[in-house]
Amino acid sequence: MSRVNPQGEVWVFSEQQGGRLHDVGLELLSKGRELADTLGVPLAACLLGDKINGLATDLIRHGADKVYLCEDLSLAQYQATSYAKVLCRMVEAHQPQIFVLGATPLGRDLAPRVASALRSGLTADCTDLQIGEHTEPATKETYKNLLLQIRPAFGGNIIATIVNFDRWPQMATVREGVMVMPKADAKRKGEVVRVECPFGAEDLPLRLVKRQTTAKKVDLKKARIIIAGGAGVGSKENFKLLWDLANVLGAAVGASRAAVDNGWIDKDHQVGQTGTTVRPALYIAVGISGAVQHRAGMAESAKILAINTDPNAPIFSVANYGIVGDFCDVVPKLIAAIKAKG
Amino acid sequence: MSFDSVVLIKQVPDTARVTGKAMNDDGTVNRSALPAIFNPEDLYALEAALEVKQRHGGTVTAITMGPPPACEVLRDALYMGADRVILLTDRRAAASDTLATSYILSCAVRTVGKVDLVFCGRQAIDGDTAQVGPQCAEKLGLPQITYLEEIVAINGRQIVARRNIGNGYEVVECAMPVLLTVTDTFQEPRPYAAKAMLKCKHARSRLELEREAAQSMPGSDEKARAAAVDQKAAELKRRGLLIEQWTLDDIHADLAWCGRDGSPTKVKRIQSVVLKGSGHEQYQPTEGDISRLVHQLIEDHTIG
Repeated sequence: MSRVNPQGEVWVFSEQQGGRLHDVGLELLSKGRELADTLGVPLAACLLGDKINGLATDLIRHGADKVYLCEDLSLAQYQATSYAKVLCRMVEAHQPQIFVLGATPLGRDLAPRVASALRSGLTADCTDLQIGEHTEPATKETYKNLLLQIRPAFGGNIIATIVNFDRWPQMATVREGVMVMPKADAKRKGEVVRVECPFGAEDLPLRLVKRQTTAKKVDLKKARIIIAGGAGVGSKENFKLLWDLANVLGAAVGASRAAVDNGWIDKDHQVGQTGTTVRPALYIAVGISGAVQHRAGMAESAKILAINTDPNAPIFSVANYGIVGDFCDVVPKLIAAIKAKG
Repeated sequence: MSFDSVVLIKQVPDTARVTGKAMNDDGTVNRSALPAIFNPEDLYALEAALEVKQRHGGTVTAITMGPPPACEVLRDALYMGADRVILLTDRRAAASDTLATSYILSCAVRTVGKVDLVFCGRQAIDGDTAQVGPQCAEKLGLPQITYLEEIVAINGRQIVARRNIGNGYEVVECAMPVLLTVTDTFQEPRPYAAKAMLKCKHARSRLELEREAAQSMPGSDEKARAAAVDQKAAELKRRGLLIEQWTLDDIHADLAWCGRDGSPTKVKRIQSVVLKGSGHEQYQPTEGDISRLVHQLIEDHTIG
């Protein structure tokens, strides 16, 4: 078990597969930088794999002061046991105070294994992290400079703030797409610390037989503008209007869960708690009532335009612009207006 | 070759049906106002275990940790075909976070004895953390296969499993014993068997019998009630219908790692999700208004 170490570094896990860094690892560096600067401690990234030392430079350019690097043929294929073993060794040797991982399928497989072995607390799927203090009601004791781990819970109906003041490192996984992507700075310098770890057969219990991945047909996270449709769109045919609007704006098409469940559009397009979290420059919500689960995935958009026949739809409460009306009437007018200005 | 499986299941409030009334004024969740259901992905975990039993023989033991009403999901497990069900109930386990919960569940799995496969749902809908499965695996010193969506084959003691990795799938092979977490992309859970329902609808835990006795024998003295409970419990036991009930003592759990003391994460604050409500600019669905809006979006470089 790790001790409470207020001088400890802030750590992020840099997920990579096949020598390519996952976006969320870079996103964590922007939040990690902010936390480390608030605490006045270094920010470090943990990078595991085989023949991936070149990625360390990338991590430093994106904000890491240090990279703890473990390269080994045994780490070429990810598995929870071997990766957890390395991370536990790193934590025990360097006693970081905060350790965050991306809430990807891999991160959610790995983080609990590490936290359990360290007997540390772990909060899943955070949407925000802050530094703050906490007074424990039972003892009246106040703890300063704690990691406030903020996450939706109970199906998105509540937002919980979680702290861990006695069994560090303070660990959390963070949802993809909720932290901003840091800009690379080629001039940034940092240190690479190599870590060795011996592996036995018991550390590598899984044998990969086959892996089949498909690139997502749509990458909503990268879209500057998203036109999203919900139950109010009514049919697959009606979705065509949204595609037309997307074409004139160079936008991506998103959807609420209702639209996906109705089979009007593929699941890759789903925005919300069980879909993708997005923060585009403009989000146009068409026929989306705006259930909490949907708002959780898009409320951070810079600008939101809501089009809905129901003036009381909750979506209007997060919107910057609202049009109460039938989208079949409104969307063609929007297309015409955009074309006219172009 | 036959295999013995343990399935960890949970009764959860149906978070998809939370209404305004289900939230207390202080923003905490009014759990009593919500229907309690079998955690959806745990049904798939049970299905996976039953599938192994059907194909290869062996046993399926379902364990749930919770207050006595959680026996409801144990009866459901019996209706689907579980051989043995256990209610793990102890006030000292209250307020356990995922770490303490997984410690307690791992003690329970050890108490069951020889186990080849441990199945859990990927995550429970009240917390959505997906942490208890991998944490249990670590505590049991078992390898883990998360996000199971198909058991491709079992060759000797090797299980070949397909896992859903979000943007595709992976087929992995692993020697038993192993812990697997199951997603709702696994084959649909089987319906209740009519015969099992007829028989097992009478299954009760001792705590349930005590509660029923208190209701059916109002005003009776404690001794008479205890005697009635003893008699009923003995009768159910003879028929194989007494739901086993374990406390933390029965599973030899170290109390320092259970409940609030064993939980490093503490809830600092709970807020109801409130709408931003900052107000928005209203445009009419007219050509003039829409043109004005588009003009403004171009002006501030949002589009164009």
